[in-house]
Amino acid sequence: MNKVWLIIQREFLNRVQKKSFLIATILVPLIIPAIIGGLVYVAIKESESAKAETVHVLDESKLFKFENNKKFNFVAVDMPLEQAKKAYNETKDLALLYVPAIDINKPDGIAIYTKENPSIEKVGELESILAGQIHDFKLKEYNIDEAILKTLRPKVNLKQFNLTDKGEEKSSSSGLLYGLGFALGILIYMFVLIYGIQIMQGVIDEKTSKIVEVIVSSVKPFQLMLGKILGIASVGLLQFIIWIVLITVLSSVTMGYFGAKMPQQQAMEQMNKSFSSNPEVKEAMNQQNGKVGEFLANASEIPFAKIAFVFVFYFLGGYLLYGALFAAVGSAVDSQQEAQQFQFPVTIPLLIGYLGLFMFILRDPHGPISFWLSVIPFTSPVAMVGRIAFGVPDWQLALSMVLLIGGFLLTTWIAGRIYRVGILMTGTKVSYKVLAKWFMQKG
Amino acid sequence: MNALEARNVTKQYATHKALDSVSITIPEKTIYGLLGPNGAGKTTLIRIINQIINAEAGSIEIFGEPLQEKHVGIIGYLPEERGLYKKMKVGDQLMYLAQLKGLSRKDALARIKVWLEKFEIKDWWNKKVEDLSKGMAQKVQFISTVMHEPRLIILDEPFSGFDPVNAQLITEKILELKENGSTIIFSTHRMETVESLCDHIALINKSKKILEGPKKQVKAQYKSNTFIVEHKGSFTLPNRYELVGQNVLEDELISTTIRAHDGIKGNEVIRDLIDLTEVHSFQEKLPTMADIFISLVKGEGDEALKKHLLEV
Repeated sequence: MNKVWLIIQREFLNRVQKKSFLIATILVPLIIPAIIGGLVYVAIKESESAKAETVHVLDESKLFKFENNKKFNFVAVDMPLEQAKKAYNETKDLALLYVPAIDINKPDGIAIYTKENPSIEKVGELESILAGQIHDFKLKEYNIDEAILKTLRPKVNLKQFNLTDKGEEKSSSSGLLYGLGFALGILIYMFVLIYGIQIMQGVIDEKTSKIVEVIVSSVKPFQLMLGKILGIASVGLLQFIIWIVLITVLSSVTMGYFGAKMPQQQAMEQMNKSFSSNPEVKEAMNQQNGKVGEFLANASEIPFAKIAFVFVFYFLGGYLLYGALFAAVGSAVDSQQEAQQFQFPVTIPLLIGYLGLFMFILRDPHGPISFWLSVIPFTSPVAMVGRIAFGVPDWQLALSMVLLIGGFLLTTWIAGRIYRVGILMTGTKVSYKVLAKWFMQKG
Repeated sequence: MNALEARNVTKQYATHKALDSVSITIPEKTIYGLLGPNGAGKTTLIRIINQIINAEAGSIEIFGEPLQEKHVGIIGYLPEERGLYKKMKVGDQLMYLAQLKGLSRKDALARIKVWLEKFEIKDWWNKKVEDLSKGMAQKVQFISTVMHEPRLIILDEPFSGFDPVNAQLITEKILELKENGSTIIFSTHRMETVESLCDHIALINKSKKILEGPKKQVKAQYKSNTFIVEHKGSFTLPNRYELVGQNVLEDELISTTIRAHDGIKGNEVIRDLIDLTEVHSFQEKLPTMADIFISLVKGEGDEALKKHLLEV
């Protein structure tokens, strides 16, 4: 055990002291909040600088009432179409909207003229303005009172609750859970893959630099494999912890900075000052505040400690399971290129878990496929971590964990048998048959 | 006491038998040459002694004890396929390897310093292996093999990759280690190494040991009663002798190689020759290790081995 410890130490120190480790460890947490912050910043700037764009309106039907809003500034023109086009062409305005004299039962022939192709979004908005007005005209034709019209488009937002076994209500938010499952699942997938390949690379390096025979004359091949896997795992954990700390700190700093400048918030504050007497506005504001509060309340009800524990467990379990297989692949080949043919089959189950995350788990976290994906050891690291935030029955979690432990013991055993023979073989053409032979070989 | 005693060691791979009931005895404080062509099973035997692989059958005793895991600390092994971590510094690397052999940090540091001084490479501590030349790296590799002062040192083709100067340096160190009580196993193709360094030899061919013993004894055993005479003037060889070869040297000197029938001593041969011709020099032709192996292999009808030995 003392020797395994020495190997772990070497693997750990050797990687941690590298410049690339330092760069990756520091840059990644800087880059992620920088990207998020950058996007938020650009979005805010854009919405702040967005001016209402002018749309010329030639309405021959005289039916529509265009009200200026945040996005559009409508200018009515009253001249023949050809003239209107010419007049529009001389301006820098967004578009010319032409409504011929139409019957509202057959609103055909409405056209828009622009200089550049307008975005679908803008066209869609204009279309919905027109459609909405036609809708109202028709309702008016049926003599429906305007007061009723107002109530015809209520806003609905489902409030979600989970009923626990005891019948208690717990509010939940599937959007939040989706995001959490998504992020954790991808993290596990990336970690297992990146560090698994590092193990493989390390084994290949030892083989090509021919130090391996010197080492195995001092330690058992299995000890060497184990030391390497555990050493790299500790690098991964350290890196992960540093990332979490840095991202948390940096994110809260960035979010704090931009959060204070959020336009809605500013607007709300202003409204608060000027319209605090207006009861209607106040109610709307309270509603909005209530929503934010609800979101935060939901977030606080997610058992983060449990999720963190499950995440670390499946990270280690999945890493050990695949790490052993990657070590076996590394031992069998003489170069990175040669490794590809075996690397792919090893990553397929991991990929299945990853795809299953999007196709099944996040859509239907409690369906049968989600259950199996999160219980079978090869897919469970990604699947279970993606599923855990949605709430998993304890027996399923326990079953999945036991199977994962069994799974990595099995792969480590198989990998160890291939590894001990493989590391001493150079220049052999390796096939699955050869691997099976190595596995069966005694002593 | 014997440094190593292997009895009926057998190793079977899926397709072939790598070792077939091989027994060898290596006396303490000797240099023992393990000879044989590629694929004969030398490396397999060495790996078994190093506990890298296990034998199917047979037993191995090292300094009187059955071979166990704890013995890795008293063995130093320089494999034929050798190398170092390229990105690691010389000092760190030696520290790591010494500790894997079971030395404490303190002991490892002290021993490594001594050895770096012996090779006059103290200032290499912080150099990365990838920045060293091949010969320099071999020196570091040699230090890594012997720094823990192993009682049994196993060197597989130790001189490959060394220039003559470094080879000489390594030879000196090997002899020094022997003086200090280490037992050394040489696995090699080089017959000149065997001639000059080895006390004992064993020949392994086709997974079997076909010869073993002290070098002198082996040589005596394969003495063929052959003599080389330089003389002036031709003569007729009596029936008791057989002509092996003859070539003419300068100044009318002739060199004749003759084989005497069994039981005829050197002195008798001189007596006979003096009467027949003007003898300028006389010498018994002792077999070289290569000769012995060729003659041995001839008997076995192993063309591949013969060819191999003729080449080296």
